[in-house]
Amino acid sequence: MKLITLNFVTCALKSCKSSPASFPLHPRDATLEVIETDLNLAFLKNILPRLEWNELCVITAELGLPPLPSSPPTREDLVVKPEGEVAEGAEAEEEASQTAKDLHRVLLETTVKEGKLVCGNCGHEYKVMEGVPNFLLPGHLV
Amino acid sequence: MPNYLVRLVQMHESFRQAELQALADVAEVSIEFVKYEEESPFCIVRLPSDAAAKTVISRSLLSQGIYELWGQGATYDALHESVKDISSAKWVQYESAPFRFTLDCFRGTRDNAQQRDIIESFSYMGFKGPIRMRDAEASFKVFEEYEEKATGPKYAYLGRFVAASGRDAKTTYDLKKRHYISTTSMDAELALVTANMALAAPGKLFYDPFMGTGGFPIACAHFGAMVCGSDIDGRSIRGTGGSARKGQTGKFDVQGNFKQYGLESRYLGAFVSDLTNTPFRLLQHSNSASRGGYLDGIVCDPPYGIREGLKVLGSRDILNEQERATHGNRYKDPGYIPPKKPYSFTAIQDDILAFAVSTLVENGRLSMWMPTANDEDVELIIPTHPCLEIVSVCVQTFNKWSRRLLTYRRRAESEVPEGALETVKKEYEKGVKADELNNFRKKYFEGFKEFERLRQEPSAEDANHKADRSKGVSGPWREKSGAN
Repeated sequence: MKLITLNFVTCALKSCKSSPASFPLHPRDATLEVIETDLNLAFLKNILPRLEWNELCVITAELGLPPLPSSPPTREDLVVKPEGEVAEGAEAEEEASQTAKDLHRVLLETTVKEGKLVCGNCGHEYKVMEGVPNFLLPGHLV
Repeated sequence: MPNYLVRLVQMHESFRQAELQALADVAEVSIEFVKYEEESPFCIVRLPSDAAAKTVISRSLLSQGIYELWGQGATYDALHESVKDISSAKWVQYESAPFRFTLDCFRGTRDNAQQRDIIESFSYMGFKGPIRMRDAEASFKVFEEYEEKATGPKYAYLGRFVAASGRDAKTTYDLKKRHYISTTSMDAELALVTANMALAAPGKLFYDPFMGTGGFPIACAHFGAMVCGSDIDGRSIRGTGGSARKGQTGKFDVQGNFKQYGLESRYLGAFVSDLTNTPFRLLQHSNSASRGGYLDGIVCDPPYGIREGLKVLGSRDILNEQERATHGNRYKDPGYIPPKKPYSFTAIQDDILAFAVSTLVENGRLSMWMPTANDEDVELIIPTHPCLEIVSVCVQTFNKWSRRLLTYRRRAESEVPEGALETVKKEYEKGVKADELNNFRKKYFEGFKEFERLRQEPSAEDANHKADRSKGVSGPWREKSGAN
């Protein structure tokens, strides 16, 4: 499971949905694995405004990853500023900045292979097995 | 804007125009339909430029190519008149270019001599370049359209080739060659069409809540979207449940499918979950300003309850204290399997819509397949939601039932009338058995009796046919169709 997933999921329990404590889920006993993949600048730009930055910082801190900047980068931060004068009308291929590369590493290359995701509201634990989290609720919680 | 001729395929007719419209939407170009008929594979559209035409058609599954329209007419005299009228200014441009000239007859044939005569009849255009059947710089095609079994064409067009469609993808993603599939995998062509309808494109985030072996996410990834999915059955994701392919054993999984097509970098992963208890964070309407939607598109083919059971988390009967305690004690055991119960067919449709409303970005799209019996008008109700606008309804018809691809657009908050969200709580089918909850399933296994009866009523001789059918060889469940 890529860390970006944690930006979109909360506790599956309906009673937890309205509680701010249910987001983000907290990874526990997590085995992390870095799987390299192609950087997709268009995707990073598109997804950037949809990230819950503070919660993302919480997760990276809990996982002991290098800290993210305290405020979210802007779309412009993701692209290397063209050096010198760019010819009029010439559409140069945009190059990903270090900020984009770092973000890509955290969101799309860092994965939870095994471990648990814990709800901060009800304490329910969701298992992650072979990189696939299981959000099915047991009989007594449905 | 110039006129273009789109050579469509003559199948999945109700999808074709909707697909072209969706492709124009995703390319952000305006398209105007000048001539479109369900019975004809020739469609005339207005597009701003060759470049726009190429962008639109290059993703299309249900067409073969796009041509600049150089003339049209009901007879060859009329066609030549029209060619001279519309395109004479363009002839000089291709005067010395290597070119080719071919013929495309729909529902008709021409032998070599006739073909040659037809092509020669355009000699007044004065092309002096070399003829090259391969790698020609300019390629022209005469299109003829015949009535069924007619001797001569009823209409003809001349077009200059602009771009070929993306129909090759149908072969690339053919299920016969895919490593890991299941009994209910959607055929590659329609999965790709679904991705087109939902406007899958580079940089976007797509999700399939009933992914199975990942057919829809793969189709969306083909068009550049980043994709994720989930399924209530973790075995289908992890791939330990085996594959529908005969003789195939060992581990094949969704990840492997993405690897097969070189799309791994667009696969965000999958998780095990149930749509009625989704882990996705949902837009809370009370504080909608703070957190909006985040999915660009949702594509899915929910289980119909026929080949795949329509089940959600929960128990058929309400658990008593002791049972609850047992679940509470056992759920952390490695072998624990959460109980599941059959679910109402209409309820799941509304649940999907509600989920889409809470997770899609503005103008994000939901494309969902739904089956329906051909005999029943009641089933024709298309689920609606005040926050979703129906973009298109396309129908794939089988013998006694059909399925529809419904595409919705998430309206912006400003478009949703106030109070529209406080919709009436609907009453769904009550019961615990699958048949009570799913009218489509019930009818399916009854062999659509009502349909049979209606079809046979008009004439008495049908009694014989009935006897034939009762032999059981062609029972509805044996019929070759893609019922999920």
